[in-house]
Amino acid sequence: MHCDVCKTNQATVFLTQIVDGKMQKVNLCEACSKEKGVTDPTGFALADLLLGLGAAQEMERGGTVQKCPACGFSQADFKKTGRLGCATCYTTFADGLAALLKGMHKGTDHVGKVPARLAKSIEREVQLKTLQRDLKKAVASEDYESAATLRDQIRHLDVD
Amino acid sequence: MAIHNILNNTGEWLRGEGPHHQIVVSSRVRLARNLKSFAFPGWAKKHERLQILEAIKPQVEALTEMNDAFSVYSQDLSALEKQVLVERHLISREHAAKGVGSAVVMNRRQTLSIMINEEDHLRMQAIRAGLQLKSVFKMIDKVDSALEERLDYAFHPKLGYLTACPTNVGTGMRASAMVHLPALVMSEQINQVIQAVNKIGLAVRGLYGEGTEALGNLFQVSNQTTLGEKEEDIIARLHKVIEQIIEHEQNARQMLLQKKPNTLLDHIGRGYGILRHAYSMNSKEALNLLSFMKLGIDLGFFPEGCRQPIDELFMETQPAHLQKGTQQKLAADERDSLRAEIIRAKLNEFPRPDVGLPPTSSAPDGNGSQN
Repeated sequence: MHCDVCKTNQATVFLTQIVDGKMQKVNLCEACSKEKGVTDPTGFALADLLLGLGAAQEMERGGTVQKCPACGFSQADFKKTGRLGCATCYTTFADGLAALLKGMHKGTDHVGKVPARLAKSIEREVQLKTLQRDLKKAVASEDYESAATLRDQIRHLDVD
Repeated sequence: MAIHNILNNTGEWLRGEGPHHQIVVSSRVRLARNLKSFAFPGWAKKHERLQILEAIKPQVEALTEMNDAFSVYSQDLSALEKQVLVERHLISREHAAKGVGSAVVMNRRQTLSIMINEEDHLRMQAIRAGLQLKSVFKMIDKVDSALEERLDYAFHPKLGYLTACPTNVGTGMRASAMVHLPALVMSEQINQVIQAVNKIGLAVRGLYGEGTEALGNLFQVSNQTTLGEKEEDIIARLHKVIEQIIEHEQNARQMLLQKKPNTLLDHIGRGYGILRHAYSMNSKEALNLLSFMKLGIDLGFFPEGCRQPIDELFMETQPAHLQKGTQQKLAADERDSLRAEIIRAKLNEFPRPDVGLPPTSSAPDGNGSQN
């Protein structure tokens, strides 16, 4: 059996992992397993490795954007490295990433820790979105009284 | 603090005793963080990496937790020194390969270690002996909260902490426990356990990741996903699973004591015999035999005083630890004889396994592991 990465050497390291009921197998040769850090107890997750194998296509299917405007990182670079270039890449390649992340994680939204400094502004953003949605509804149903209140609330939030 | 202070003193987690420390060697939690306006280390140009490093390093050194820290640029560490840190799980293998543009900062007790410009701008971890994931998480969470006040993290309202690798996005957290499971391996139940653990989205790896045949019967259990679940929930889930694994291991030990006492004693006796009398031993053999000694101590075949020397040998017989004393690179066969020599010296005073304990009938209190 040949190594999944270099496709030339004989595979000697066999990895199997089941994530949420999906079985994933990778066969590697000695050199590639070392290079990929399979022997590194801290850095290695099989998904990292798989990312480089199947994930690139997923990304490509997702979007047409070729390069991140912030850092110049391209889809081809992702294919090569399995890593992203910068924080903005998450926005640039959002469409492709969405499918990738969905298959990789438990959920699609972060529910954990939020940096204290950002917590306020994020909360406000969520509030703002809710108010705007309610305002639209109010206008659509010609409930102008509520709409006026909502509009004032939105203004108030914007000023803060 | 100088490097030799770190090299000559093993970390607290190697000596320390924690809850369930017989089976759970250590608990570790690491967080991945990045700065907002810089490219991730793997993509950043060298001058940008240096900029990032100089933005982060002083802030890390200024942490109260780091007031007696060892802080060093990657290029100022020798390959051997880096390897020692890898063997102690204080830096990753990937970080050991870094040169100019990276650094590591760790506290004196070696319970905290912060890598700068590894795969992410910041990789910070806390590690302690025994099963104490919750307190380890608290420790690193506190460091993270202190740093976020001074550094602009890359954080996305929907996706959470942004990381170079999409597998870490969200919490950026990987929590893991290193567990010693000789009886589950001996009784061939380990694969079932691994499969069961995998099914609920947790990963099991060997000490050095080589498939499932873990060296020294040591396994690392960790969370695999980071998005869509709270840190505390991930920790709680992992904790629960580890408790179950401990129970399985304990049951397997009792089972072996009752049903296959001779197999068990044979493993422990051979381990003792070979370790005491070998003149050449590679690190794989050493780890596997030390594992049987550790089991023998857990089961009361050796006095409790033997525990620390054996635990120390797990680390001291690793290739880089072996060579740090000699100050020169040794060939493989030289290492093997040195390793055997160190082990013989340490086990010189060890009594023979006390098999007077009646393992053939059931143990007096139904539990041979009391001590």
